Amino acid sequence: MPEEVLAIRHLKKNFGELTVLEDISFSVGEGEVIVIVGPSGCGKSTLLRCINGLEGIQGGEILLRGTPVPKKGKDLTKVRQKIGMVFQNYELFPHLNVLENILLAPMKVQKRTREDVKEEALAMLSRVGLESKAESFPRQLSGGQKQRVAIVRTLCMHPDILLFDEVTAALDPEMVREVLDVILGLAEDGKTMLIVTHEMQFARAVADRVIFLDNARICEEGTPELFFDKPKTERAREFLKTFSFQRKSRKRQEVS
Amino acid sequence: MVGDMGYHFPHVFGNEAIICYLRSDSVVRWLPWIIGNIGLSAAQGILRIKASRKAGFVNWEFIMKYLPLYQKAAWLTVRIGLCGVALSVLIGLMCALVQHYRVPLLRQLTACYIELSRNTPLLIQLFFIYYGLPKLGIKTDAPSCGMAGLAFLGGGYMAEAFRSGIEAVDKAQMESAYSLGLDRWQTFFYVLLPQAVSISFPAFVANVIFLLKETSVFSAISLMDLMFTAKDLIGLYYQTVESLFLLVVFYLLILLPVSLAGTLLERRIRYAGFGV
Ligand SMILES: Nc1ncnc2c1ncn2[C@@H]1O[C@H](COP(=O)(O)OP(=O)(O)OP(=O)(O)O)[C@@H](O)[C@H]1O
Ligand SMILES: [Mg+2]
Repeated sequence: MPEEVLAIRHLKKNFGELTVLEDISFSVGEGEVIVIVGPSGCGKSTLLRCINGLEGIQGGEILLRGTPVPKKGKDLTKVRQKIGMVFQNYELFPHLNVLENILLAPMKVQKRTREDVKEEALAMLSRVGLESKAESFPRQLSGGQKQRVAIVRTLCMHPDILLFDEVTAALDPEMVREVLDVILGLAEDGKTMLIVTHEMQFARAVADRVIFLDNARICEEGTPELFFDKPKTERAREFLKTFSFQRKSRKRQEVS
Repeated sequence: MVGDMGYHFPHVFGNEAIICYLRSDSVVRWLPWIIGNIGLSAAQGILRIKASRKAGFVNWEFIMKYLPLYQKAAWLTVRIGLCGVALSVLIGLMCALVQHYRVPLLRQLTACYIELSRNTPLLIQLFFIYYGLPKLGIKTDAPSCGMAGLAFLGGGYMAEAFRSGIEAVDKAQMESAYSLGLDRWQTFFYVLLPQAVSISFPAFVANVIFLLKETSVFSAISLMDLMFTAKDLIGLYYQTVESLFLLVVFYLLILLPVSLAGTLLERRIRYAGFGV
């Protein structure tokens, strides 16, 4: 039984009258990759934001390695170093170049030396094929390149768990691949990850476990094979259908 | 010099008219008037030649003689102007932060201050400081009053410039910084401030130029600044063209470098705010 990195118990979140998350419970083991899928507006982003303390919660608890994630203040700041988050729109700092973007947090927050972090940053950049872009500014990079930099920036903090929120949703199709390949590589390395995505092929390839969120609740949970091939609930079947295309009538009937 | 003029031209350059005109805040706005004056003075000059001894179209001798006086006055204007601008940047930054972080009580106070400073003329503010403070037992000299007045006026304008700059930075930038483990102060200092400054920079430059031009009302509290010198000389010698010529030249000497430097810097840091 692998050690539990993240545990969520009976999490409840609402925006005023609107209940966005209701009684969410699951846990993520060391080195486990969990993919969260679900229709738009079901609360996937909100769930990740709650884990990172960007949104307050109305009930339940979130535990990182057994200790609750604080609601605010210095303690929350400390715990956030251990929770890496990659955003849909990259959110690189536009006034800093790639290297400075990566160095900022490790140097200012973890007080590591510039040389130390720089060496690591350059090694990671070359791993994602961007060693030549260290001095470039974010505006000079393509979307896919920006997202890879954002991933490296998060990795350099050595978080216990990585949260990805639809990191390819803002990308052109041909750039999706390069980013997903990086994430697949991280899965191979045994990184603990919580991934929200609409890329079902990728989800199937990368996930150890799939969580299907619908109507603010966890609707179904299981291995990717079970979830994608034999979904148990009608909701999940409906949802998966939206990703496959079929003509209702065919002029040429294929033999099958 | 020309005191021996026996002939009196019907005078459009009376002191009231000059004060009235000179208070307008833009060098550009003086231009038509100055050009008109040059025309009138040309006519006057011709009459003068007839009336007394030969005087040139423009009296260079006069200009050379009073150049040092203008230099001294310009130096005073620059000193007070820059100190006032520096103070107003400090005040503006603090007010903008109070507004942005919604500090209770202080927030309402700064809001009142901003409205008050932006919606009253500098002249009135100066009078309040210059004549009002001594009544309260606070002794100040004219230069400090000028500086304080400028800081009071500029603080409000700078606060608005910085506030809009801060508000223009995407919230997600801050969230991104927080998620990396930066605390509030680090996020402000390394992420919010640099972007806010670059966004509000054009407004900041415009404010600096505006404030430096506003120094022209300092003469009202008998500071020996450029405007005071010009008005003094006109009053004494009626050398309107020469006095105003020097005035415009010196204001341009002060403001053009600021304006040029602003444009250059703007170009350099333009991208800082818009990268995504
Ligand atoms: N700050 C907010 N205030 C009020 N309601 C919000 C806020 N943020 C999100 N919501 C609502 O919460 C619900 C869940 O939003 P969320 O962004 O988590 O959905 P999602 O699953 O990530 O959707 P998508 O797949 O489109 O990204 C939505 O109905 C949304 O309108
Ligand atoms: Mg979302």
